[in-house]
Amino acid sequence: MSTSELAPPRAPGQPAQPPAVELSGIVKRFGSTTAVDDVSLSIAPGELLTLVGPSGCGKSTLLRMVAGLMEPDSGEIHLAGRPVFARSVSVPPEERSVGLVFQENTLFPHLNVRGNIAFGLKGQPKGRVATRVAEVLDLVELSSFGKRFPHELSGGERQRVALARALAPEPTVLLLDEPFANLDPNLRSQVRGQTVEILRRAGASVLFVTHDQLEAMSLGDRVAVMGSGRVKQVGSPKSVFHFPTSRFVASSLGEAYFLPVTLCGNGRIDCEAGHCAYDCQPTHDRMEIMVRPHDVTFQVDPEGRGKVVGVEFQGAHILYKVQLPSGRRLRCQLPHTTDVPLGTAVSVELAHGHDPVVLPAQPEPDELS
Amino acid sequence: MRPATNNLGRVLGLGRRTERTWTALVAVIALICLAPAVVIGWSLVNPTAEVWSHLWSTVLPGMLWSTAALLVLVFVGSAVLGGGLAWLVSGYDFPGRKTFSWMLVLPLAIPAYILGFVFMSVFGFTGPIQGTLRDLFGADVPVPEIRSIWGAALVLSLSLFPYVYLLGRAAIREQATAGYEVARSLGYSHFNAARRVVLPMARPSLVAGLTLVMLETLTDFATVIYFNVQTVSVGVYRVWKGMFDRQAASELASLVLLFALVVLALERAMRGRARYEQHSGSRRALPTKTLYGARAWGATAVCTGVLTLAFFAPVGQLLYWAATRGGFDSSYFSYLSNSVVLALMAAGVVAVAATGVANARRFSPTRPVRAMSQLTVVGYALPGPVIAIGVLLVLAALDRLLDSVGIQVPGLLITGSIAGVVYAYAVRFMALGVNGIDSSLQKVPMELTLSARSLGAKPLRVMRRVHLPMTRTGIAVALLLVGIDALKELPMVLLLRPFGFDTLPVWIWQLASQSRWEDAALGSVTIIAASLVPVALLTRSLRTTEPPDDLPASPAALTLEHVTI
Repeated sequence: MSTSELAPPRAPGQPAQPPAVELSGIVKRFGSTTAVDDVSLSIAPGELLTLVGPSGCGKSTLLRMVAGLMEPDSGEIHLAGRPVFARSVSVPPEERSVGLVFQENTLFPHLNVRGNIAFGLKGQPKGRVATRVAEVLDLVELSSFGKRFPHELSGGERQRVALARALAPEPTVLLLDEPFANLDPNLRSQVRGQTVEILRRAGASVLFVTHDQLEAMSLGDRVAVMGSGRVKQVGSPKSVFHFPTSRFVASSLGEAYFLPVTLCGNGRIDCEAGHCAYDCQPTHDRMEIMVRPHDVTFQVDPEGRGKVVGVEFQGAHILYKVQLPSGRRLRCQLPHTTDVPLGTAVSVELAHGHDPVVLPAQPEPDELS
Repeated sequence: MRPATNNLGRVLGLGRRTERTWTALVAVIALICLAPAVVIGWSLVNPTAEVWSHLWSTVLPGMLWSTAALLVLVFVGSAVLGGGLAWLVSGYDFPGRKTFSWMLVLPLAIPAYILGFVFMSVFGFTGPIQGTLRDLFGADVPVPEIRSIWGAALVLSLSLFPYVYLLGRAAIREQATAGYEVARSLGYSHFNAARRVVLPMARPSLVAGLTLVMLETLTDFATVIYFNVQTVSVGVYRVWKGMFDRQAASELASLVLLFALVVLALERAMRGRARYEQHSGSRRALPTKTLYGARAWGATAVCTGVLTLAFFAPVGQLLYWAATRGGFDSSYFSYLSNSVVLALMAAGVVAVAATGVANARRFSPTRPVRAMSQLTVVGYALPGPVIAIGVLLVLAALDRLLDSVGIQVPGLLITGSIAGVVYAYAVRFMALGVNGIDSSLQKVPMELTLSARSLGAKPLRVMRRVHLPMTRTGIAVALLLVGIDALKELPMVLLLRPFGFDTLPVWIWQLASQSRWEDAALGSVTIIAASLVPVALLTRSLRTTEPPDDLPASPAALTLEHVTI
């Protein structure tokens, strides 16, 4: 996949703008651990980039360095073309023009909603401040909440105010650090939807850090997957999910099984769970094919070599755990209309519907941890 | 790797310029707070031979002996009273236990120099007790002499034991419960579980309380002078006020400092390697054993007796005197206003400096800043005479310095103004401010500070618009506590007051020294009433335990730490 298909839509004829965020060669160590290891990334104006990875992978550290809350050990940071961290430059956070939204409730408890939003508009004429506050309140659909105090708001409303506060000074980039982590699951998807809408309407450039792969994929124009301090892969949610370049990225974005490839060539690929047409180019002796639960199906077949060893009812669909002759198990997602009891013999088939991903069998060493 | 959110403060480097400014601020405050101790420490390691040989051949051996003896007696007295009562009200159930458990803090409200003169008047030769005894048994009835080291130790123990009681009680109640229950399940009786498990677990807290008592004892010279006990601190006072011998005063003050260092070293040693983690999980109270019959009433009687002796009887006596004494001394108001002015100034200085230190810890959370901010609070562990003489030397040096560069200060800084007193108070009470305001600022999430800065606010604006409004209560409480401690402070003001500037405690002390008890009553009642405010705060937050491990403990830090907004 090329990055051009992933870049956000731009009005044609506009002069090329520098990226909202440009990180090059960022390194940050804490004692002997390297939290961020030579990371380079850029975010186009108006683009929403999600940064996903397990806790401790360095994603929040990276965000804090962009905000200026921490200094990298080396590397450069440019915001809208302006160096904010480089060899002899270290711009303090208040001069960087970044908006921050954290997971905790970080509204100023002694100021009302209007006061909170106006906080970042210091030095502007009163009329302008009032107009801008009204504008962003309107944007987050809380126009009538201006006089309320933070403790009088619900969790979701507080996060929307926090978003409005961060957007009010029209920052170069908006940095969101797991902003929904503290919301309860039901509220979460609702607030998530509202947030995306708000960000789109505002046309903001956004770096969004999360450990939730669904959140990362559903929100981002592009997704960057981080692990052990490095960016492992960047691309559109679809491309990263379907075409991961490593087992780590594959597993980070969803359940994935890897089955040894038994035959590879002549436009065909075989494994224990069936075969499919694919012009496979083996790069190593042993290759493995990635199979996600929706990439595989089965038929009840008394002669079949697979056996149903687990059934998980999930509402819209059912996850069957199937044991293959080798003893490997994988899960198979089938419609809720199926009803296969435990112990049933089945024959498994691949059903990728797109080119499968074939990777060398040896896991990369740094991904074992 | 730890997720960055957990150690945000540590890794936060909010721009180099900011860091330098705040570091410099804390460095200056730490230097100012430390200077008096340093100059006294200097005379400790650079003794003047002739001064010492003179002191040694005259008063010194007696002073050293009295100081050591007094420390030992007060140690034993407050350990027995404080530790024993803490165990009694936590481990046993008897009539009135709940009430006693908070009332036993009340003696803290009577400064020793007030309790001392009430005891002198009641138990002295001319007092009612001895009078009655003589009436009953004749003139040559043997009565223990109150005007002795025993009397001084009794008074100091009665007024200081609540420190031990408070810390011990909190430790027994909240830290030892699980250990106690395990011991019982392993077959130990209530008493043996207490001896083998609860006492060892409470030991660090008891030792911390006793250390505070020892340091307070070293600070005091006003009280022991009533009882004709010549400690080293008394020596400092006599040498300075009697002969204005700065050299000898600083040498003696350095001895007081040495005593304080020994006390602190002993605390280390007695605490041993034990560092008791406080498990916040189980906050169950220790199961009590119910006492019946004579034992129950015995326990009630003990508590009543101690409280009567240490609080109710003296307060009653003072109220009686204040009410029955005819006429009203209008100079009361001028002394009171002097005291209030001084208290306000000390509180203001401490609040400003402590707000600066606490904010520096927030904006520049580097190792040097944390280390230096801990130096700003050493004053709580320095005996008053050490700080007072140290301030004297520092200001004298400053006077000379200003003089040498040709700046003429109208009058001397030391004797001409109350600057020295305010300085000394600020050093001594800085811990109250820094601990209080810092713990209140710690309740403001770091993310809030970061949000404010990313919204374009520079540190000063964040402090003014976010930190100050959110720590208002903490700052107010710190102001109040420092103010009241300054209001009742005596030793330092006795050493440093400019000529003719008398505070309420000075007035009380002078009247009491002339045995004019009735005249001293009104001022005393005023001081006690004011002192009841922090004591009330303390009793309200009796579920206190350890101060934050980052900063050294001070008695009122306990209060501050746990006063809820």
